[in-house]
Amino acid sequence: MYDFAYQKPASVADAVKLLAGDPEAKAVAGGQTFLPVLKQRLNKPSLVVDLAGLGLSGIKQSANALSIGAMTTHATVARSAEVKKAIPGLAQLASWIGDNQVRHRGTIGGSLANNDPSACYPAAVLALGATIKTNKRAIKADDFFQGMFTTALEPDEIITEVEFPLPVEKSAYEKFRQPASRYAMVGVFVAKGPAGVRVAVTGAGQNGVFRVADMEAALAKSFAPDAIAAIKVSPEGLNSDIHGSAAYRAHLITVMAKRAVAAAG
Amino acid sequence: MPKISLKVNGKAVSAEVEGRTLLVELLREKLGLTGTHVGCDTSQCGACVVHVNGDSVKSCTMLALQADGADVTTIEGLAQPDGTLHPMQAMFREHHALQCGFCTPGMVMSAIDIVQKHPEGLSEAEIREELEGNLCRCTGYHNIVKAIAAAFPLMHQKQAA
Repeated sequence: MYDFAYQKPASVADAVKLLAGDPEAKAVAGGQTFLPVLKQRLNKPSLVVDLAGLGLSGIKQSANALSIGAMTTHATVARSAEVKKAIPGLAQLASWIGDNQVRHRGTIGGSLANNDPSACYPAAVLALGATIKTNKRAIKADDFFQGMFTTALEPDEIITEVEFPLPVEKSAYEKFRQPASRYAMVGVFVAKGPAGVRVAVTGAGQNGVFRVADMEAALAKSFAPDAIAAIKVSPEGLNSDIHGSAAYRAHLITVMAKRAVAAAG
Repeated sequence: MPKISLKVNGKAVSAEVEGRTLLVELLREKLGLTGTHVGCDTSQCGACVVHVNGDSVKSCTMLALQADGADVTTIEGLAQPDGTLHPMQAMFREHHALQCGFCTPGMVMSAIDIVQKHPEGLSEAEIREELEGNLCRCTGYHNIVKAIAAAFPLMHQKQAA
């Protein structure tokens, strides 16, 4: 790893100032992706700005929203009684990310800002029609994810919290893991809530998370696995590698979507 | 170089570190606590697991600077000063839960966290699932799982008492 300067600011404003003042500066949340990237020398920041001192961790519930602070760890979301009750699929998804140790450090904000095409959280955020709040604005999930490792975030913009609209009537996530790395080869989140019926797929698309309109329309009429059993997703634009062809992943999307619908009940 | 202060195995320590210094490098190279191992250095294998503020983490995937002010426990901090082993260590010995021993410090640290986080009880399948982040190349999982199951009542009895 190349060396770098390190700062741990105590306010969002100070963090933004540090990031804005240095084009080579990078923010670190939980660091579970960022540190491996640095070790591989794929990135060479001059300054690492640690967001752990900004007080952005915690889960709040109001009548019509569940808000999760950007620095809330996967372990906290997975174990939260509030999340389990309000959006069980979201707690389930968090409990399947990485392993215990990764979940103790990794955060929802870090996962979203990175937008790894195999990350789990983007599927939940898109399917649940969540809003990503930053130091500058509120960004709808539909506008946030802009392709592999690309988001609507500006260089000096920090996610502060993620707001999931309530009530969520149904939610479930099913993930087909790459057998060695355990990353999502195909992960499907299905939800029925204030944003309507949505189906979001991660792991499969070359450009990251995407929605499946045909499945959403079918499930809006009848929320049952059989309603989508005959829907085929085109392999065009899907990942193809030694672990599985694009056609294989396309097939898996329907399989995992059916399982998710069944799990959502 | 920035200076950090933290608690390691109950003792206050401070050290000068680089931005890129990993927590595991601080523990092994600066503090001489070589019980924490580096296996893969890519957060897969779990040989480097320690506890930071009561949670198991991979110390190869955390900066030393991120541990400034933290309370860290390593494998060296488990046994009593008189040498009495932690119940998890004792059960690892009792059930022969190690062969070469390289993964053992991380396994023990993860196992203690798993048992502490599940006071409601753990099935064998749950123990195996929870051990996802720790790899054993000697395929010793069977006895590791047995040791964890055996340590469960001892640890929770001790906490209740």
